[in-house]
Amino acid sequence: MARAVSQQRKIINTVLAWAVGLLIFFPILWTILTSFKTEATAIADPPVFLFFDWTLENYTVVQERSDYMRFLWNSVIIAGGSTLLGIVIAVPAAWSMAFVPSKRTKDILLWMLSTKMLPAVGVLYPIYLIFIQMGLLDTRIGLTVVLMLINLPIIVWMLYTYFKEIPGEILEAARMDGAGLREEILYVLTPMAIPGIASTVLLNIILAWNEAFWTLNLTAAKAAPLTAFIASYSSPEGLFYAKLSAASTMAIAPILILGWFSQKQLVRGLTFGAVK
Amino acid sequence: MKLRPSLCVASALAIAASSTAYAETTTLTIATVNNGDMIRMQGLTDDFTAQNPDIALEWVTLEENVLRQRVTQDIATKGGQFDVMTIGTYEVPIWGAQDWLVSLNDLPAEWDADDILPAIRGGLTVDGELYAAPFYGESSMVMYRTDLMEAAGLEMPDAPTWEFIGQAAEAMTDKDNEVYGICLRGKAGWGENMAFLTAMSNSFGARWFDESWTPQFDSEAWANTLNTYMNLMTNYGPPGASTNGFNENLSLFQQGKCGMWIDATVAASFVTNPDDSTVADKVGFALAPDNGLGKRGNWLWAWSLAIPAGSDATDAAKKFVAWATSKEYTALVAENEGWANVPPGTRTSLYENPAYTEAASFAEMTLGSINSADPTAPTVDPVPYTGVQFVAIPEFAGIATQVGQEMSAALAGQQTVEEALAKAQSITAEEMEAAGY
Amino acid sequence: MATQHSRSAARLMMAPAVVLLLGWMLVPLTMTLYFSFKKYLPLRGGDLGWVGFENYTRFVTSSAFWPSVQATLVIVGGVLAITVVFGVLLAMLLDQPMWGQGIVRILVIAPFFVMPTVSALVWKNMFMDPVNGLFAHLWQAFGLTPVEWLSQASLGSIIMIVSWQWLPFATLILLTAIQSLDSEQLEAAEMDGAPPLARFGFIILPHLSRAITVVVLIQTIFLLSIFAEIFVTTQGSFGTRTLTYLIFQRVLESQNVGLGSAGGIYAVILANIVALFLMRIVGKNLDA
Repeated sequence: MARAVSQQRKIINTVLAWAVGLLIFFPILWTILTSFKTEATAIADPPVFLFFDWTLENYTVVQERSDYMRFLWNSVIIAGGSTLLGIVIAVPAAWSMAFVPSKRTKDILLWMLSTKMLPAVGVLYPIYLIFIQMGLLDTRIGLTVVLMLINLPIIVWMLYTYFKEIPGEILEAARMDGAGLREEILYVLTPMAIPGIASTVLLNIILAWNEAFWTLNLTAAKAAPLTAFIASYSSPEGLFYAKLSAASTMAIAPILILGWFSQKQLVRGLTFGAVK
Repeated sequence: MKLRPSLCVASALAIAASSTAYAETTTLTIATVNNGDMIRMQGLTDDFTAQNPDIALEWVTLEENVLRQRVTQDIATKGGQFDVMTIGTYEVPIWGAQDWLVSLNDLPAEWDADDILPAIRGGLTVDGELYAAPFYGESSMVMYRTDLMEAAGLEMPDAPTWEFIGQAAEAMTDKDNEVYGICLRGKAGWGENMAFLTAMSNSFGARWFDESWTPQFDSEAWANTLNTYMNLMTNYGPPGASTNGFNENLSLFQQGKCGMWIDATVAASFVTNPDDSTVADKVGFALAPDNGLGKRGNWLWAWSLAIPAGSDATDAAKKFVAWATSKEYTALVAENEGWANVPPGTRTSLYENPAYTEAASFAEMTLGSINSADPTAPTVDPVPYTGVQFVAIPEFAGIATQVGQEMSAALAGQQTVEEALAKAQSITAEEMEAAGY
Repeated sequence: MATQHSRSAARLMMAPAVVLLLGWMLVPLTMTLYFSFKKYLPLRGGDLGWVGFENYTRFVTSSAFWPSVQATLVIVGGVLAITVVFGVLLAMLLDQPMWGQGIVRILVIAPFFVMPTVSALVWKNMFMDPVNGLFAHLWQAFGLTPVEWLSQASLGSIIMIVSWQWLPFATLILLTAIQSLDSEQLEAAEMDGAPPLARFGFIILPHLSRAITVVVLIQTIFLLSIFAEIFVTTQGSFGTRTLTYLIFQRVLESQNVGLGSAGGIYAVILANIVALFLMRIVGKNLDA
């Protein structure tokens, strides 16, 4: 009896959850479907869902007009580079905050997070002028550094919360065995921290990948990532839903796939370790 | 999973630092807007690079709003990111007067500057120096569905009045079948609804400023303009008109959902192109409407190529600009895409070419519209500024975009015409005061 | 365990991050402060001299200022309310036994990976367009007049787009929190005959409070500066001009750097007020 009830509940839950899940996912699905339609089918009334002549034409047109691979490559370099650079700078900082906390540690952490509240538009002019002076406009290195700085507070925070969970006794034991600071970090801490670092890396790649203000304003041709690629498809002349969909799919696909494969780490990462 | 951060960073930085270095090649960075004619140009650059193997081209193609923001930011800070910029007749006089653009007076003789239409050439010249080469020029005109006009038992005159436009819109509207009598720009922006409204207001005798730079939105002429516009759009316009710009309306017209559309003359080649338009063989053209006051509601614009003074490849940039705006380029497009698709509105010779006038049914009406616009005397009363659908002062873009948002809100039914005009008046006064007028 | 030696080593290890962030904060902020006291119009020749607090008074007395503060708060508040409420409901649903839970979870988090520009473009054109959008077709199928989303319900539409992007984030955090809830406690309450609503109010919600504060804190940081969603959809028309967007208009559209910089300073102040407020609450909560 109880079993039957729970079975029934499971069915209801499943149906409900799938319905909600599909509803939330629908805009993405619709974009992907539209990218395989012709422009005329894309605006057909009533709309068609699956039964149309699938075509790759839009992808060909988009690729011909703009060199997708170059934008993609820039996105990979900038998102990856800024994340790795951030990790290198943040690991020691987070380590010292977690294991040698002082009275001010919490204040410093909160202050770091507050730098993220600086409105980007307000400081665009100063940053632009600095970039001109240093010859950093439209360079991948300039953008890598800026995105690293933007995300550094989050990287430090995430690593801090992970490191804090590593029991101090292990370090003490290692020290007893005569391990120096270097060995301690390299052989004891790092292996334990790998999952934490991995999810930190992941979340920051996503944030850097999707950053659309600085990447658009500080680049022209050479360093322009996928956010700039999209800016050339947003509102062209004539019918454009299908081409827009193809360009959108191309811009989000890499990160969508990466995210899906690593969603377990992401759950941890998103919560800053504050929620377990 | 073994991470070796330091190594990865080192290699990432190395890749980031090694910029694409071509030996002995000049690379031009060209900023352009994602309009059809420019995208066509991008596709034809092999012709240019074959003639100039030592010049490589990098394209930055952006949506209009993003493009404006990027190039203005860059020129104002002398960022030097671009060697060629696509700008319009609004920017050229302002930037030229600041010496921010390279003079194009020394383009080769074959380029034939005297062939450029006088109205367009005048708009791109400051103190005798030509600061930009027109890529395509446009005015605005009425595009209408001949089949719907016939069904309504009306005949479009070559030079209609606003009153007739109202009658025709009423007769053609069939909302049950998603046919709307008239489509006009409603999306806020100085280059969107305000371009249309400012040009329209000229035919009602309205002006932005009087001769002592006092804003004139409290005038009766502006109230008449806006009431006429609102009446047309709320009764016979498509739904969501307050977010429709040029591109949205083009798409509606191509789908056969508009009876009339008053907009840029360049749209003529898109709406008559059977590949994109479902109504290609049913489109007629007429001059922009008037109100019997001696001025028509048509504008003048030219997307043009200019070279910022900070460019380090001026000579190569001039070669490119000359190529893209030459008669040979026109011939190249004609050869590849047909005469109807060549960039219009810049050269007299094009309109004397029978191959073109035959292929483009809209040629005569386009030329007539361009020639009838006068940037130096845009409206009935005298004004202290130049520009038909804009006021050529640096503050205009910012002001008109905010004013446009009030007009848009009125069209969406969120405020009355009176409220919108009162707000427009105070916004303009506020901004002009901030600018020191 | 903290010796003098390890303390100075710790400081040294913290130094790069602290110095970099201090520089990233101070240098642009100082320059913005400097510009905010100048009449600085790049299109009129640049620096036109000092003007004292004129930019500051002009910025707040402008008719656009208070509506923009209001729009900012409405958007942030609206998105927070929607994502928290639906996040809790969705998290409770996903916590139940079901078939294909992994796949459903993947479907639910997907929007978080979509670039803001892309999601705004897709919503604006393919869903909210009053002629060709999917919503318009849907409305017509029921014989209703299509809604002009971005003009008639502009703030609501933007809140909806942004909520769609952030709902996955809230759901995931809350789901993680719910999963750690002691199920025996719930079962015991069920045995005692506590009605579902009471179980939710007295056991689940208190347990989630910490997770909810985290959601609120982090989302606020990102929501205060949303830009792409507005730039792509309404460009600040129809009452959607937030403080960030107003500054953008002053700096880039009007090219009045002095005035925009003064606005930037106001935004920093506003953000810090909100931050202080939030961190007081959250700081305590995170320590445990």
